[in-house]
Amino acid sequence: MNEYNFAYLDEQTKRMIRRAILKALAVPGYQVPFASREMPMPYGWGTGGVQVSAATLTPEDTFKVIDQGADDTTNAVSIRKFFENTAGVKTTEETEKATVIQTRHRTPEAKLRKDQIIVYQVPIPEPLRFLEPRETETRKMHSLEEYGLMHVKLYEDISQHGAISTAYAYPVKVSDRYVMDPSPIPKFDNPKLEMDAIQLFGAGREQRIYAVPPHTKVVSLDFEDYPFEATKADHPCDLCGAEDSYLDEVIMDDAGNRMFVCSDTDYCRSRREAGHVGRLAEENAA
Amino acid sequence: MTPLLQVKGIEKRYGARIGCSDVSFDLFPGEVMGIVGESGSGKSTLLNCMAGHLEPDAGQVIFGTRADGPVDTVTMSEPERRMLSRTDWAFVHQHARDGLRMSVSAGGNIGERLMAVGDRHYGAIRDRAIDWLGRVEIEESRVDDRPSAFSGGMQQRLQIARNLVTGPRLVFMDEPTGGLDVSVQARLLDLLRGLVREMGLSAIIVTHDLAVVRLLADRLMVMKSGHVVEAGLTDQVLDDPQHAYTQLLVSSVLQV
Amino acid sequence: MYVAVKGGETAIENAHAWLAEERRGATDIDELSIAQIREQLGLAVNRVMAEGSLYDPDLAALAIKQSRGDLIEAIFLIRAYRTTLPRFGYSKPVKTDEMACDRRISATFKDAPGGQVLGPTFDYTHRLLDFKLAAEGEVPAAPTAQPRTEATPHITEFLKGEDIIQDEPASDTTPGDLTREPMEFPSNRPLRLQSLTRGDEGFVLGMAYSTQRGYARNHAFVGELRIGKVAVEMDIPELGFAIDIGEIELTECETVNQFKGSKTEPPQFTRGYGLVFGQSERKSIAMALVDRALRWEELGEDNLGAPAQDEEFVLSHADNIQATGFLEHIKLPHYVDFQSELELVRKLRREAEERMQPKEAAE
Ligand SMILES: [Zn+2]
Repeated sequence: MNEYNFAYLDEQTKRMIRRAILKALAVPGYQVPFASREMPMPYGWGTGGVQVSAATLTPEDTFKVIDQGADDTTNAVSIRKFFENTAGVKTTEETEKATVIQTRHRTPEAKLRKDQIIVYQVPIPEPLRFLEPRETETRKMHSLEEYGLMHVKLYEDISQHGAISTAYAYPVKVSDRYVMDPSPIPKFDNPKLEMDAIQLFGAGREQRIYAVPPHTKVVSLDFEDYPFEATKADHPCDLCGAEDSYLDEVIMDDAGNRMFVCSDTDYCRSRREAGHVGRLAEENAA
Repeated sequence: MTPLLQVKGIEKRYGARIGCSDVSFDLFPGEVMGIVGESGSGKSTLLNCMAGHLEPDAGQVIFGTRADGPVDTVTMSEPERRMLSRTDWAFVHQHARDGLRMSVSAGGNIGERLMAVGDRHYGAIRDRAIDWLGRVEIEESRVDDRPSAFSGGMQQRLQIARNLVTGPRLVFMDEPTGGLDVSVQARLLDLLRGLVREMGLSAIIVTHDLAVVRLLADRLMVMKSGHVVEAGLTDQVLDDPQHAYTQLLVSSVLQV
Repeated sequence: MYVAVKGGETAIENAHAWLAEERRGATDIDELSIAQIREQLGLAVNRVMAEGSLYDPDLAALAIKQSRGDLIEAIFLIRAYRTTLPRFGYSKPVKTDEMACDRRISATFKDAPGGQVLGPTFDYTHRLLDFKLAAEGEVPAAPTAQPRTEATPHITEFLKGEDIIQDEPASDTTPGDLTREPMEFPSNRPLRLQSLTRGDEGFVLGMAYSTQRGYARNHAFVGELRIGKVAVEMDIPELGFAIDIGEIELTECETVNQFKGSKTEPPQFTRGYGLVFGQSERKSIAMALVDRALRWEELGEDNLGAPAQDEEFVLSHADNIQATGFLEHIKLPHYVDFQSELELVRKLRREAEERMQPKEAAE
């Protein structure tokens, strides 16, 4: 693929995207429209994240891609390969070593540093979309800070289910101003959104980029008497014993036996390398 | 006493046709103004101009705001106007479905304005919703039902509760009893009269039904072809109409 | 013992190898050439060029071959290629009134200067399978005639002469570019037309059909449909004048629609416009109908709440590359989201059961 420019996109396009990113960082949580390009992967498969990564990467960067927290899921493999081919950057599976991390549906367990950038793939950037389908109307609601409807949704949840029944893509208010969709990460990850690293969000099909700069206040919407809870399965990881990580549930046999393992594969691996052992890990080691 | 609302020279045209023209009046706190006329008389156009749903071609609608005193709402910014319309103003639509969220529970409908101004305690919001359901004579057990399961009269009462929950200082009503059965209308009127008295509401009610204004309005304006042809105290205008058109309106009601 | 699903990379490589084999099909059958696709599947090539927004029959044919005949996949290949092309400049507007017409028909006039020219059309063919095509053999040559040398005027020009059709004033304003600026609403007519001409043929057809069935009916006649080649001219700054840089085939449709007039305007006809790469007749007619439906506001008509009148709805959903990508992305793993919902549902059920328990105990 040598006939393409560094990181696939031409320099003019990358400059256009960088301008959008800078604007997004200047107005945390605000969705900046940008002229998303057609990428050689389908819309909805990370084209927004890929464009943001392409505009962010430099030849010195080390790149990590995860999908569902794992480096080896097919779409993560495919995107990593794309940048290996078009940008020739170093890639890694170690969160620690990465300078740019592209992710779908998870925030890594490890605390990110100020010299790291995390890029989220976003399918529907508009947190109000399923309350109000019209872009013209939702943009007005954001500009006038009319977010009552968002709480009506949470109210309806509680009146119907006795609890707020949003489990992922849980809406947040950024820097006391814009309500933002943190992308479909589990709500377990919401507290991590206040971090030292730069967080960029790219939605290709919907042509939007938004950002959370380091140390920005990010509050998950809730009620005083029904406070937000960052929940996860009530188990330790069966491989590394971690009690603080988000878990995947795996069906093990026809009898429906389950095991729980870290969704963040790098976190689990580094813990096991450090000697931590979970309930089902011994046989493996034996 | 300073007026709550001063309407000055409002005019709205649709091309060459006059919607309403040269309408001026003052509304004082606690006062209910009725605007009557046939369909096409310009009364709904006038109401929508005053409530900020239509932009008048000329004139001012000066509202006594809590913070800054009298402000012309025609020239204020859209965010300010939208803020007004979810705090100090309320608008009761003729058709309840235009004023309700049909897919949101009764409690959610009433709670929306509270949440829009920052209430964040679910239990408190729900208690106020239940309280308001009681005040508009809807059973507490219906709090989690959607308005689509309500009768027309109940929907209209729910719309009124949804509007009044934040204690607005001015309520616009567009044919609030229109489209309801006569017996349902009577009950709604009774309820409205009780609320107006109890809360000391200031309101502007547009209707073609003289019985509505007789019961609710302190003062009355009669409109024809976009112009106000007669105005005065309700009883005075209805009992001793001066303008030929008002006489016709009153007599046609008496004949029925 | 549990082993996490690994080897994504190998799996992907193997899938690609298998796909390539399937694309080729049985190797004892001759392989299709690009030229064969270009020459013998011309209408498929046209659709790929139109919706791919790139006029290059050979590349479109290659895309069709590579995509195993899946035209949306082929359009996707062309779009992705197109993004990487540098822009040297913009051509001048093409002059469709100077088109060398292969086909030109009007439903509104029996005859007009330039005549009714049927051209190579499926119209009036009986849709019977032609088993002769299953056997090999050459087709007899079609009769020919002297081509017209003078330009063929647009039918709507005759109506304009009589001042009985809405005027479309010329403008020198540079229109926006859908592929360079993010779409924002409300949009404008140039952007709407760009979106429609590259929109999915099936979607635009369905929208147009809905107007005919009464969802914002606009009583369209095909004022004129013409297909043929036009020259593309571009200003070359170094030369200081415009030169022909090539020739493209286009289908243009102008509909003539009823209009009852308003207080300020006398009754007159209105128009819808369709212009599509290649011979793309169905698409250009459909485009003209949808264009007309979207002009309700400009023409002072009522918004009837019909889907085809709703600019944001039509333009947000017309692009098949956006649509197919988002539709198919639900194949990707979502187990993190699913897990979070699973836990929530379990928790809610547990709480509901606890709420029920004491009541039952009391009874
Ligand atoms: Zn683990």
